Amino acid sequence: MSERKIRVLVAKPGLDGHDRGAKVVARMLRDAGFEVIYTGIRQTPQMIAEAALQEDVDVVGLSILSGAHMTLCPKVVELLRAQGQDNVLVIVGGIIPEEDVEKLKAAGVAAVFGPGTPSQEYVNFIRNNVKVPA
Amino acid sequence: MSAVETIQRPSIAALVEGVLNGHRLHLARAISRVENQENDAGELLAALYPHCGRAHIIGVTGAPGTGKSTLVTALAQSYRNAGLTVGIVAIDPTSPFTGGALLGDRVRMRSLAGDAGVFVRSMATRGSLGGLSKTTGDVVTVLDAAGFERILVETVGVGQAEVEIASTAHTTLVVEAPGLGDEVQAIKAGILEIADILVVNKADRPGADRTIRALEMMLEIEGDGARYVRHHGQLLRVESPLEGDEEARWKVIVMKTVATEGSGVEALRQRIDAHRRWLLESGEMALREQLRIAHTLENILRAELNRRIASRIRPGNLEELMERIRRREIDPYSAAADLLAHL
Repeated sequence: MSERKIRVLVAKPGLDGHDRGAKVVARMLRDAGFEVIYTGIRQTPQMIAEAALQEDVDVVGLSILSGAHMTLCPKVVELLRAQGQDNVLVIVGGIIPEEDVEKLKAAGVAAVFGPGTPSQEYVNFIRNNVKVPA
Repeated sequence: MSAVETIQRPSIAALVEGVLNGHRLHLARAISRVENQENDAGELLAALYPHCGRAHIIGVTGAPGTGKSTLVTALAQSYRNAGLTVGIVAIDPTSPFTGGALLGDRVRMRSLAGDAGVFVRSMATRGSLGGLSKTTGDVVTVLDAAGFERILVETVGVGQAEVEIASTAHTTLVVEAPGLGDEVQAIKAGILEIADILVVNKADRPGADRTIRALEMMLEIEGDGARYVRHHGQLLRVESPLEGDEEARWKVIVMKTVATEGSGVEALRQRIDAHRRWLLESGEMALREQLRIAHTLENILRAELNRRIASRIRPGNLEELMERIRRREIDPYSAAADLLAHL
């Protein structure tokens, strides 16, 4: 009678306080049948990694509009891996210049979604890429 | 896109050892295993059960927006200042339509981040209606075995009748806020009856004194102090060791807090500690423990019996009966009796 749900942490690292996008995405993920843990704004990479661990999530979604993605996102990935969460998929949304997308992927980010991405796109990405325990 | 990958899953033995030795990732994974009711969850709980029973479990319940999450955070901080470790289980509702959930209690708990003496877990109700999820009690067991000294369980925002928390917690706080109802609300049956401590949060708001007065009036006209429990559908009067001894009875009082500023929180924590001492000294703890065990066992039995019965009903048979009910050829009660007679 096992009942497993995909769990997603949605967080806004850094100092910009524009959380509308993150809230919309959280709501879309909820409607896709996921359990979404919403942590809100002004999260440090340490806070995000710690919350991801306690909540045992499958996915961490980071929303960044401030331009600080090249420092914040790799740090989150690094902290997750350091605490043994090798399975966790890190995806990024927000305003990310084209030339940074590959660099983020090289740093361990699984996907980057820009403004206007249809929700079905990131929902499907999560469904197809999440790593489930055997 | 790659196919769904599978990852290495720690063994039960490794998880148990991790939980007992403060390994936080193993603790998180053990909780998931229990919450998801995976096949080996029973084995895991069986191994952890001998190590639990040390934590004091505090339930925090009340209507949406009364400030439960903020109060839980402030209480957790107060316990940390007193040198005690704290586990938190925060529950939010699952959508009945999509099965998804938005768990937002952590937003209020950011000040607890980075403290190794705190562990916060959000849970979705996953279809349960009593204010908790079906596996909340088991998750509390895991946190208890992991050695957390105080466990705060925050229910979903409840209405009037979600009283399940009282059979999980040792001390139940019912949180109210100004402006939610009048004196008649305060004497209705249900959630107010389960309070060991009543809290009026947001006590700096207009109308707080009126809310406090209404609740105090309700407490003054309380009955004879007799306790009743439902046992196999029957109402039984519980013989309390304190019956008739007015002095020794626990007195439910109304406490004021402004959780955002931390005011009143120290006093509330001391009142919870006083309740714990009273439970232990009066013998009431043993009584509650007994009721909780009965409740847990009954739930497990009921779920297992349901499963066994459901697995013996042939799906075709069920559909045929449902169709006959729809055509008004048979009523639902007779149909159920019919199904059970042919098991």
